[in-house]
Amino acid sequence: MTNETNITLTLNGEKVSAKAEPRMLASDFIRDVLFMSGTHVGCEHGVCGACTIRFNGKTARSCLLFAAQLDGANVETVESLGTAIDMHRIQKAFRKHHALQCGFCTPGFLMTVSEILETLPLSTDDEIRDALSGNLCRCTGYEHIVRAVRELVDERDGVPA
Amino acid sequence: MKPAAFEFCRPSTLEEALAALQHDDAKILAGGQSLVPMMNFRLVRPERLVDINNLSDLCDIRDEGDAIRIGALVRHAQAAASTELCGAFPIVTEAMAHVAHVAIRNRGTIGGSLAHADPSAEWPLLITLLDGEIEIAGSDGTRIVGAEEFFFAPLVTAIEETEILVSIKLQKPTAGTGMAFTEVAQRAGDFAVVAAAATVHTKNGLITRARLALGGVGDFPLRMKDVEEKLEGMPPDAIDEAIRGCADVLEPNDDMHASSHYRRSLVPTLASRVLKQAAIRAAGVT
Ligand SMILES: Cc1cc2nc3c(=O)[nH]c(=O)nc-3n(C[C@H](O)[C@H](O)[C@H](O)COP(=O)(O)OP(=O)(O)OC[C@H]3O[C@@H](n4cnc5c(N)ncnc54)[C@H](O)[C@@H]3O)c2cc1C
Ligand code: FES
Ligand code: FES
Repeated sequence: MTNETNITLTLNGEKVSAKAEPRMLASDFIRDVLFMSGTHVGCEHGVCGACTIRFNGKTARSCLLFAAQLDGANVETVESLGTAIDMHRIQKAFRKHHALQCGFCTPGFLMTVSEILETLPLSTDDEIRDALSGNLCRCTGYEHIVRAVRELVDERDGVPA
Repeated sequence: MKPAAFEFCRPSTLEEALAALQHDDAKILAGGQSLVPMMNFRLVRPERLVDINNLSDLCDIRDEGDAIRIGALVRHAQAAASTELCGAFPIVTEAMAHVAHVAIRNRGTIGGSLAHADPSAEWPLLITLLDGEIEIAGSDGTRIVGAEEFFFAPLVTAIEETEILVSIKLQKPTAGTGMAFTEVAQRAGDFAVVAAAATVHTKNGLITRARLALGGVGDFPLRMKDVEEKLEGMPPDAIDEAIRGCADVLEPNDDMHASSHYRRSLVPTLASRVLKQAAIRAAGVT
């Protein structure tokens, strides 16, 4: 019953293969088997959003997926965005607006923001708050995160600063 | 916080999935947004998990003329964005905005939500309100169960362990029908403390047919038939009179989210809001 299965997926644009037991959560598989530790694990029951990845283009809780479900999928983690020296514009906006303190929640927020910038109008701050409501942050009080997203939305919509 | 070991099956047809369920302790995995948290807590530890996500026939919303058929694997976000479904039932978009959060709505399915049967969940309430017909497949064919015969208790439904919910059929409303949904929850995306949904059909300023359903006040969503009957033939002004006292018969649970008393006290307010809003929408004024 503990037989490991082969899992082949596209992770941040690269094809990778590894083995995992069926019961292994995708979050643990990404961190401990594929050694991509940017994806964080807070609650393991879908509440905190720290483990948010993009699964076939759409955000998903990696703690509520099994590794075996990643077989054949296209997965993007926070590592797909940018690096410390070559940051993605979402990361730059978070840094500029102090949208993180300890940084534990940040990977999940960044992945959520990467999706909602593509899918939602986010014309009001209320709408931004609602779209971020699935990600918990215990440090910032959210205000600075909303400001960062507001700037990204304005940039996207061509609103002058 | 890690699930117990299980055998993982990924069937690609309904027949294979039904065959895989012929096992002492098998469970269906759909969106996993309710089942996986319970497995992580080890509240459930199935020996076999049957992942139905590859059953592509269960993924569509189809317009059948006088009805809409929703496949069991339709995700909450997909339903909320569907012009076929929300054109006929704008209440779906309104209600889905209250289901959890973006990433959970991307994965969670209507079939999983109905099978999970949380007393406060939005889908069970909508299907109860709209008299949905639930199609369930088993090894010897499919059967149809009406919404009112589907829910037995929290987390308990008419689906047998070896069966799969395949689709839900909703009869399209007649012209002149308005609908509304509202709920009180502690935070955006939390399960409702109390939720209310209504449809109202009016003609010449009078209500010809009203439906009212409540979530979070019993073991499963409840239709308020007394109120519905009282409203027949009445003007929308009679709504508050018709709902007076309707909460007295309810016995909501006390839990960490709200007391039974508070839940009961929310009923007239939310019922009045949805019925009035639905009546306004029925009259064509938004
Ligand atoms: C943080 C959080 C907040 C949430 N908030 C809300 C909320 O506010 N409102 C709300 O309604 N929901 C909420 N949910 C639950 C979510 O909507 C789930 O998607 C839904 O309850 C279950 O659907 P699923 O597809 O994920 O089912 P799964 O978790 O895969 O399955 C749930 C159960 O249904 C069975 N099942 C699934 N599909 C079928 C089928 N086709 N036939 C027979 N049995 C089946 C499974 O075996 C299992 O027992 C929340 C979830 C989380 C994690
Ligand atoms: S770790 Fe997945 S949502 Fe908290
Ligand atoms: S920055 Fe610490 S939890 Fe969000």
